[in-house]
Amino acid sequence: MMATIMDPSAIGGCKPDAAICTRGVTRDFKAGQQTITVLHGIDTDIRAGELTFVVGESGSGKTTLISIMCGILYPTLGEVKVFGTDIYRLSDTELVKFRLQNIGFIFQQYNLIPSIDAASNAAVPLIAQGMGRLEARERAKAMLERLNIGNQADKLPNQLSGGQQQRVAIARALVHEPRLVVCDEPTAALDASSGRRVMDLLREVAVAADRACIIVTHDNRIFDLADRIIQLEDGRITHDGTTMPDGH
Amino acid sequence: MIWIAIRMLTGDRQKFYGLLFGIAFSTLLITQQLTIFVNLIERGASGAYNVGEAQVWVMDPVSRTTDVAYALPSTALDKVRGVRGVEWAVPHLRAAASVRTKDGDLEGVAIIGVDDATLIGLPKRMASGSIDVLSQPDSVIIDDVGTINMFGADVDPIGERLELNDQRAVIRGIADSIPSFTSQVTLYTKYSQALRYVPGTRNRLSFVLVGVSEGQTAAEVADRIERDTGLKAETRDEFAQAGVDFIIENTGIPTNFGITVVLGFVVGVAIVGLTFSLFIRDNIKQFGALKAIGVTNGRILRMVAAQAGLVGFIGYGFGVLGTVGFMWAFSGNPFFKGFYIPWQIPLISLGAVIVILAITGTLALRSVFKTEPASVFR
Ligand SMILES: Nc1ncnc2c1ncn2[C@@H]1O[C@H](COP(=O)(O)OP(=O)(O)OP(=O)(O)O)[C@@H](O)[C@H]1O
Ligand SMILES: [Mg+2]
Repeated sequence: MMATIMDPSAIGGCKPDAAICTRGVTRDFKAGQQTITVLHGIDTDIRAGELTFVVGESGSGKTTLISIMCGILYPTLGEVKVFGTDIYRLSDTELVKFRLQNIGFIFQQYNLIPSIDAASNAAVPLIAQGMGRLEARERAKAMLERLNIGNQADKLPNQLSGGQQQRVAIARALVHEPRLVVCDEPTAALDASSGRRVMDLLREVAVAADRACIIVTHDNRIFDLADRIIQLEDGRITHDGTTMPDGH
Repeated sequence: MIWIAIRMLTGDRQKFYGLLFGIAFSTLLITQQLTIFVNLIERGASGAYNVGEAQVWVMDPVSRTTDVAYALPSTALDKVRGVRGVEWAVPHLRAAASVRTKDGDLEGVAIIGVDDATLIGLPKRMASGSIDVLSQPDSVIIDDVGTINMFGADVDPIGERLELNDQRAVIRGIADSIPSFTSQVTLYTKYSQALRYVPGTRNRLSFVLVGVSEGQTAAEVADRIERDTGLKAETRDEFAQAGVDFIIENTGIPTNFGITVVLGFVVGVAIVGLTFSLFIRDNIKQFGALKAIGVTNGRILRMVAAQAGLVGFIGYGFGVLGTVGFMWAFSGNPFFKGFYIPWQIPLISLGAVIVILAITGTLALRSVFKTEPASVFR
């Protein structure tokens, strides 16, 4: 084996400017007697300031990969660094705290709390961080304004349309200005034009120079909106570029 | 986060009310049944407590309570009077008799014969009339609850004539007394008169009531009486306790009330447990989202504890209020005369509520703890 001269600022073979860096990430699931390997040694670097899409067929491992990237699912093997922190070396409590400070989630089923209004729902991460409720609500209202639903701030989730609920969920993901935003299938339930509008919105509010934004989708209608596309097939990266390869 | 937890719960009206109902129901059942139980068995002590002046009760060694007593020879009175520390000693008679009312009904009654000279042995207060009426011929004083049982609440029994074991008796006063365990009608009369009502066996003296001299304790004097006379002597409190113990040992009451209390607890666990786990299941996605966003299990625990605490606080309040309301509503009923809620009972039901919530809350929490944060993307 040859000795290589390493970039001193590089961590564990990760590029110094990588927002997320995965090395050899493998994930197994037990299905009854047998073990299925869903991810096979994923090595990738996600950059800040870009809208990164993770695409692929159903069952290819997209959700599993971003779950591991954002610290809610332990890999079977491999390591994950998020802004330089080896997150699966943290204790359980430290990992939870890390997520609270650094990660914004947009869930497909928005998982809003039905009995509190839009502003309070959007304020949840701030309240969880310990901010007073009134201040947190003010900040959440400002975020709802940016998403053009400031006038819905006092409504309960079930008084909002699906699209409005999604905006509340987006506001909740961004209100605490996380450095990483992850989003699973944001447009799956929407028609083509609403889907594009949500993506435009995400690009506008979620993409920033110091923030990485990863979106999982198999919605090929919006592939052109990505800065970078990572394609998974059976748990392996088969394509990584600014556009999709021909034939898709 | 506590605020969010509370709103999550109160926002789900049906389950919130279901939980409140479960806790309130358990509290009510446990508090109310224990209250009735305690008051009921304390009636076993009513015979001892109704005679305010007696500090020591002297009886045959086999006698157990005011109602379960074997008669003494009349010489016992003088023997007791001779014991040091006995300030006074008076005869006291208790016997069962049958009464025929004006309408021809037959009723079992208790006859209490009190000392002719001092009238010691009567209840402390009269509800109507004066104790002096006993000096008139054939006089009896009836107890207030007994009046209602025998004549109804609307009839003034003063002046009513009774046929008491074939002897004439006239009611001339009503005593304000603690009802006996059986709520039986009690007739008080002078000792000499009572001897006439109770057909003649040789010994009819049931108890000797004793007051102790200054500087002596009842317990000391009771010990000395036992030593000097060979009779059994108990202080007022000992004798009252013996009456309570007799009921506990000789009736199915503790078992019956015990079963109801346990049922109250079990039903509480069932209602609250089911509703709580339904609530958690309905909100499991939200809890999962909170866990993913970055809420630790410790804080989730505090959230669920706050929810349980709120339900417990309000539900328990309703339950205790319900018991107080129940007691108040029935306070006019002679059966409930003198009933009170001992302070220990609300504490016991509070303990039961805490246990119910701890059990059901722990079960509910387990499913939240088991939820993988990764499940939110599914
Ligand atoms: N908790 C789990 N237990 C067992 N198997 C799992 C689990 N989660 C995912 N899998 C399996 O892993 C594989 C990849 O799942 P994943 O959800 O990552 O796919 P996906 O690319 O997101 O698919 P989709 O586009 O349908 O959402 C699937 O075969 C799935 O059945
Ligand atoms: Mg998926």
